Amino acid sequence: MKLNKTTVLIHIIALVVASLWLLPFLGVFMASIRPFSEILDGWWVFESLEDVWRLSPNNFLEAWNHDSWPLSRGVLNSFIVAIPSTIIPLLVGALAGYGFARFSFKIRSYLFLTIVLLMALPQQSVVVPLFQTMATLGLIDNYLSLVLVHSAWGLPWIIMFMRNFFTTLPIEVEEAAKVDGASDFEIFYKIVLPMALPALASVVVLQFMWVWNDFFLAKIFIYEDSMLLATQRVPLIGRGEYQVDWSLLSAASIIVMIVPIIIFVLLQKYYVKGMIGWTVKG
Amino acid sequence: MIRIARAIPEAKRNPWDRIRRGARTLRRFVRARKNIPLFLSPALVLMLFLVVYPILQTLYLSFLTPAGEFAGLSNYSEILARKDIIDVDGFPRLPPLGALVHNVIWIAIHLPLSMFSGLALAIILRDVKGSSLVKSIVFLGMVTPLIVGGVILRFIFTKGVGVVTAFFSAIGVEQLGRTWTGLPDTALFALIFGSVWLWTGFSMIVYSAGLATIPKEYYEAAKIDGAGPFKTFRRITFPLLKPLNIVVITMTVLYDLKIFDIVFVATFGGPRKASTVLAFEMWLQAFQFSRFNSAAVIATLLTLLTLVVTIPMIRYTVNR
Repeated sequence: MKLNKTTVLIHIIALVVASLWLLPFLGVFMASIRPFSEILDGWWVFESLEDVWRLSPNNFLEAWNHDSWPLSRGVLNSFIVAIPSTIIPLLVGALAGYGFARFSFKIRSYLFLTIVLLMALPQQSVVVPLFQTMATLGLIDNYLSLVLVHSAWGLPWIIMFMRNFFTTLPIEVEEAAKVDGASDFEIFYKIVLPMALPALASVVVLQFMWVWNDFFLAKIFIYEDSMLLATQRVPLIGRGEYQVDWSLLSAASIIVMIVPIIIFVLLQKYYVKGMIGWTVKG
Repeated sequence: MIRIARAIPEAKRNPWDRIRRGARTLRRFVRARKNIPLFLSPALVLMLFLVVYPILQTLYLSFLTPAGEFAGLSNYSEILARKDIIDVDGFPRLPPLGALVHNVIWIAIHLPLSMFSGLALAIILRDVKGSSLVKSIVFLGMVTPLIVGGVILRFIFTKGVGVVTAFFSAIGVEQLGRTWTGLPDTALFALIFGSVWLWTGFSMIVYSAGLATIPKEYYEAAKIDGAGPFKTFRRITFPLLKPLNIVVITMTVLYDLKIFDIVFVATFGGPRKASTVLAFEMWLQAFQFSRFNSAAVIATLLTLLTLVVTIPMIRYTVNR
């Protein structure tokens, strides 16, 4: 690459942007490894060299084993909810997406458009009746309610996404299997699903992250202290009596956000593909 | 929130085109199928009971009194007259202006800022070595749980510990050196600017994907013809990225309408309702005051707003 003025300028801008965007995360990280008493004038202030020696993971340990809201339990609970809330809509949604891609029936386009419209809706539009129904059924403080709602709520985009993927698959393979006497269902799970693994990976990554990051639905259905999910514990840990303990809160925040960040870093390809879709190459 | 974007291929082609093109073989294949219910019913049942039916119930609730009697539109007129929904006396002034107005302000500031910075970043970073690392860093805000995003933005706007307030103190603007989320004048704006930081990654990723589809030859041809960077942008880049604008605009406005977590954790709508939004007011009505009918009204209004925003995008994808 030739080193001209524009190239240098662009690289400097890129560096500035990256630092600017990273700065809040860096601040939270620094706050989390320093005692709160030392960051009152800013996490970037080091009074003496001795301060550096007091960097420690204590805040993380305290948040993980918190007296009232231990994050260890929250993280476990979040996994207990997020795993079934990912697998159920994945299977159900892939089936339906295949149905929309390969079967034709009278009301298909209307049905499909309705499903597309459902993707835009706010969760606020369903929670009052759902809360009342779940309360009648005794499913408040029961992960079953949360898992069911997450599954149904994730379905519209999964159906849409999987349908778009299935329409890009060549139909000849399926036809050949049909001629050989395979049933629709056999064709689906022996031939189509293995071909769809990359798309399924995108669904898993996005849906898992969606459920993990959710706060609103958990807030509606789960109240029992020991059952609170990881995201629900963050504001509780932040609720200081006189002053927010930013070091403790920062450590708690990092513990909760590290799971989606690790998934993003490891499976970025699938995340972005899911985000952008399959026809805009990027 | 970002669900439509996950299916963006629609923005690039008509959903039914491929099927029509597959024409005869496909039709013969398709007709031979009898198992439609087996494939569709589990999904349809789940969505019917847990999404569609509750929405209709919410609509129904919004017309009832707490005692269950039909109330006509009186719930709506009562809600829309409330100060914490709309409060525009002596308008151009600082918040609190009511949740609905706050949502509008949010869109008015957040949409252009995040759209423009996303586009600018996508273009700047296209030819930069290591740009994928920079993009990942910008994108972290999208991956972070919003509840944590809210904690972080409150942190950076807090006097003493935060970088933003420290910056303004250092350059001598004492008014902006105080804790933004603690003052009615600044709380809403702290949240809005924070959400720009969190959401810019979205438009950047969408525009980057769009840029990658523009053939390099176009730019080489423009260079040979002696076009400068601005002319190249105006004549090549911008027109070719235009179809993506509708996706970015729709998704961003939907994000702004559904804002909840950030407000909950950073300000709890305060101080004195100066940073409340519709989704938060709905939650307060239902789950703090047990006023389910009022909550249903706000939820219905919010639903109507999201539908109004989404319809152009759906019409666009269907008509193309």
